[in-house]
Amino acid sequence: MAVETSSRSFAFLAKVVLSLIIATLAALTSAPALADTVGEEYDFRVAGNVKNQGDPLEGVVITVSGAGFSSSVATDADGKWAIGVPEDGQWTVSLDKSSLPDEVVTEGTELSRSVEVGQSGSVIQNFIFGKTERMVISFTDQLISRLIYGLNFGLMLGLAAVGLSLVYGTTGLSNFSHAELVTFGALMALTFGVVLSLPLWIAFPLALVASAGLGWAQDAGLWRPLRKRGLGLVQLMIVSIGLSLAARYLMQFFIGGGTQQLPGASARKIPLFGAVALSAVDLASMGISLAIIIIFALWLTFSKTGKATRAISDNSDLAAASGIDVDRVVRIVWVIASTLAGLAGILWAYFRPGIKWDMGEKILLLMFAAVVLGGLGTAFGALIGAIIVGLLVETSALFIPSDLKYVGALGLLIAILLVRPQGLLGRKERVG
Amino acid sequence: MDWGIILSNTAQSLLSPATMAFALAALGLAVHFGFAGLLNFGIAGFMAVGAYGYAISILTFGLPWWLSALVGIAAAVLFAVVMGVPTLRLRGDYLAIVTIAAAEIVRLLFLTTAFEEVTGSADGLFGYHASFRASNPFPPGTYGFGPWSYNEVELWVLVIGVVLVALAALLVWRLMHSPWGRVIKGIREDEDAVRALGKNVFSYKIQALIIGGVIAAVGGIVYALPSAVNPNVYMTSLTFFVWTALLLGGAATVFGPLLGAMIFWVLQAFLSSFLPALVASGILPLVSSAQAATLRFVLVGVGLVLLVIFRPQGILGDKRELTFVK
Repeated sequence: MAVETSSRSFAFLAKVVLSLIIATLAALTSAPALADTVGEEYDFRVAGNVKNQGDPLEGVVITVSGAGFSSSVATDADGKWAIGVPEDGQWTVSLDKSSLPDEVVTEGTELSRSVEVGQSGSVIQNFIFGKTERMVISFTDQLISRLIYGLNFGLMLGLAAVGLSLVYGTTGLSNFSHAELVTFGALMALTFGVVLSLPLWIAFPLALVASAGLGWAQDAGLWRPLRKRGLGLVQLMIVSIGLSLAARYLMQFFIGGGTQQLPGASARKIPLFGAVALSAVDLASMGISLAIIIIFALWLTFSKTGKATRAISDNSDLAAASGIDVDRVVRIVWVIASTLAGLAGILWAYFRPGIKWDMGEKILLLMFAAVVLGGLGTAFGALIGAIIVGLLVETSALFIPSDLKYVGALGLLIAILLVRPQGLLGRKERVG
Repeated sequence: MDWGIILSNTAQSLLSPATMAFALAALGLAVHFGFAGLLNFGIAGFMAVGAYGYAISILTFGLPWWLSALVGIAAAVLFAVVMGVPTLRLRGDYLAIVTIAAAEIVRLLFLTTAFEEVTGSADGLFGYHASFRASNPFPPGTYGFGPWSYNEVELWVLVIGVVLVALAALLVWRLMHSPWGRVIKGIREDEDAVRALGKNVFSYKIQALIIGGVIAAVGGIVYALPSAVNPNVYMTSLTFFVWTALLLGGAATVFGPLLGAMIFWVLQAFLSSFLPALVASGILPLVSSAQAATLRFVLVGVGLVLLVIFRPQGILGDKRELTFVK
C-alpha cells in the first residue's frame, strides 16, 4: 500500500515537472523538432496513433514518463509515434494540448493516461479526437439537436410502448417479455435482410409479418390458455419474466453475443440547419414512426375493433357483457402489439446502431417508464409518455454524464408513481 | 465424455460461495415476497449495495473487513428505507416496476464513469482481500476431500458463508414463528384486515423490507468475498435468477430458498459442464460449445415458466399458503 502511494505521488510529481517542461517548450518558439520514434535502444515500447475525425495529425507532442524517465516525440505525417521505455510497468502517456491544431476538440478524450507495459514489451495508446460532438456549437444549437434526436428516440419508443400498454389495458399483464418482441423484430430483419440478403423493401415487411405471427402464436399458445386456467396477474407477470429469459438467451443462441448491423446503418449524416445533422435513415425512421402512430391512433379512435379495445381496457366485464368478443380483441391486440414492437426493434437497430441479443432489454424499463408516465393501459398516454421519456433521456445528457442518461427517466418513473400514479392520461383509481 | 469432471464440478457447486450468496438473497426475498407479499424485483440492487458498501469501505476508507461488512449492511438498510418509504403504498405490479427501476438506477450509478475513483466504473472493484485473509484462523494447507477440497482461504470463505446462511435461516425461522411474523403473513393475505385490527401495516412492511434487504445484502457480500465486484453482475437477470431459486424451493418457507439456491446452482454447474461435453462428443450436432452454454439460461427461463404455472408453491411449499394472492 505504502509503495503504491509513494509511486502514485511520484507519478503526480513527474506530471507536474513534465507539464512545466512542456510549458517551457511551448514558450520557446524555436523548440527543436522532435523525432517520431525515440528510444529504440530500449526493449519496451509505448506507441500509438493521433487522429482527428479520421485524419492523422502531424507534429503532436507526446510524452511518456514515469519511474525517473521521461521522453517526448512528435507524431509523423501518418499521426504515428513510438517511444522506447527502459522497463515494464506503469507509465504515464500525455499529449501536449498546445501542439494540437486549434480546431481539434479535446473534450471527452483523456489527454493524460496511465498505461501498463506488460511482458509482451509494447502497448498501444491512441488519441482519437472528433468522435464526440463538436463543443464549439452553442448550447441552444445543441439543445435543438438533442431535442430532435430525442423526438426520434421517443417516437420509436412509443411504437414499442403502445403495445405494452394495450396488452396491460386489455389483459392486466405487465409483460416483461415485451422487450424480446423488440429484439425479435430486429433479428428477423437481420435474417431476411442480411442472412438471406433479400432487398430491404421486402425484408422488413417480412420481418413484421414474422413479428405479427409471433404475437398471434404467443397469445394462442400461451397467454390465452393461462387466462383460461385462471392464473393470477402476479403469476402471469412472473411467467412473462421466465419467457423473457428463455427468449433472450434463445436469441443469443442463434446470433451469439456480438453486434451485427443492418444495411445502411452507417449512413452519412446530412447537415440540415444549425447544428442539426441527421442521416437519411434517421429521417425515414421518424417519418415511418409518425405515419404508423397516426394510422394506429385513427384505428384506435374510429374502427370498431379499436373502440372495442378501449372498451375492454375501460372495463373488461362490461365490454364482454355488451357483446364484445374479448378473446378475439385480445388476440388482435397481441398481434398489433407484437408488430409495432417488431417495427420499433428495426428502428432501434438503426438508432443504437446494431443488433444484439439483449438490445430490447436495454429499453424495457424506458418502455415501462413511458407507459406508467402516460397512464398504465392508455394507448395515447403511452405515446405521450414515450416522447417525454425520449426527450428527457436525450436532453439530460447535456447536464449529466451521458452514461447516466437513463437514470433520469427511471427516476421520473418512480417520481410519477408517487405523485400521480394514474399517469398523465389515466383515470384516478386506487393503486395501493 | 468425462463424467468424473462433470460430477465433480456439480458436487463442488453444492457448497460454493455463489450458492450461499444465492441462498441468502433468496432468503431475503422470501421475507419480502413469500412472507410479506411484497413484489420486490430489486433484489439485485440490495446485493449490489451490500457488495459495493463492503468493497468501497475497504478500498477507499481502509476499514477492516468486518466493519466494512457492517457498512454494506447499513447501506442496505438505507436503500430499503429510501426505496420503501415512498413506494410501499403502491399496488403489487406497480411496486415490481418501481423496485426493478430502483435497482437499475443503483447499478447505473455504480457503472458510470462519473464516480470511477470510488466505484471502478465498468471494471468494478477488486483487490480488497488483504484484511479478510489476514483474519483467517486456518493455517495454510489443504482441507476436505474429493470434490470438496479447499485451500485455507476458500475454507475461510466457506465457513463464514455457512455460518451466515445458518444464522439468517435461524433468524427468519424465529421471526416467522413470532407474533411479528404472524402479522407479516396476515398483511400478505389481507392487508385491510390487518389494518382493521389496528396494526400499522406500512411500518410492518418497511421492517420486512429492511430485514429481507439486509439478508440479501449479506448475500451480496458473500458473493464478493472471494472474488471481485462488477456492475455487470447486478443486472436484472440476477434478480430473475434469485426469483427462480426462491420459487423453486418454495417462496413462503424458510428452507425453500436454501434448497432452491442449491438446486439452481447444482443444475447450472451440471449443465455448464454437461452441455459442452455433449457437443464435444458429437451427441448435440450443429451446436457450438458457446451456444451450449447459453442453452442452460434458456432452460432457466423455461423452468421458471413451468414452475409458476404448475407448482407455484415450490418444492417445499404448502398449496394452501400460496403466495400469489394479489
